[in-house]
Amino acid sequence: MASTFETVAGIISSSSDVPLERITPQSHVKEDLGVDSLAFLDIAFEIDQTFGIKLPVEDWIARVNEGKDKGDDYFIVGHLCAQIDSLRVAAAE
Amino acid sequence: MRLEYFQMLDEIETLDRDQASLVAVAHVPSESSVFEGHFPGHPIMPGVLLLETMAQAAGYLLMTLDGFTRMPFFAGVKTAGFRAFVHPGSTLKVNASRLHAGSGYAVVSASVHCRGTRVGDAQLTMRTMPFPSDALARHVRREGERLGLTKVEAG
Repeated sequence: MASTFETVAGIISSSSDVPLERITPQSHVKEDLGVDSLAFLDIAFEIDQTFGIKLPVEDWIARVNEGKDKGDDYFIVGHLCAQIDSLRVAAAE
Repeated sequence: MRLEYFQMLDEIETLDRDQASLVAVAHVPSESSVFEGHFPGHPIMPGVLLLETMAQAAGYLLMTLDGFTRMPFFAGVKTAGFRAFVHPGSTLKVNASRLHAGSGYAVVSASVHCRGTRVGDAQLTMRTMPFPSDALARHVRREGERLGLTKVEAG
């Protein structure tokens, strides 16, 4: 069974033309991989569908804009995967 | 339809909140300057305007489901197809069905039928956000009333 990182990396690669080998847990989705906002919508859709969750992207962006969190907390691939795992646990409870 | 004003829909025929879907009606005008260029001697609806028609049906679907609190903007399209010519004077049925309600976006499956034949379809991504102006909010609510959304909801 693929790990969350392997699945997410595959989704990012197929949705944004970023070669799979370029994607690491330390990659920033926007700053390192160059994913734009429309491609991120596609990625969010695929993640939502694949994991049966709803990424709260609007809340994340609001928290970053309000200075409560850093963009890295959500948009570094490894951190994004941790968020997904937390949401999956919450959805299963 | 008033093509020059991008007013593509004429009526919301049915709305199903449980299925998150609607059917709209659009009457293609018999005459329009659009047909003078598309094409001379063979006037047909441009595929991009059929796509816009589907996007507007998707937009009114999402606004209705959200209680007209957010504005959907056409952000992306996948697997669009235009399968038959649509001639001036045609009446179209436009189906829109929400596939997924994400955070700040939604994905909608849409199709257009003419005399029972599917003439176009697409999967649309709509970015949704609070209305950027009160004037726009008032406009789309008025348009919703023009399309009969209030009547469909009540019926």
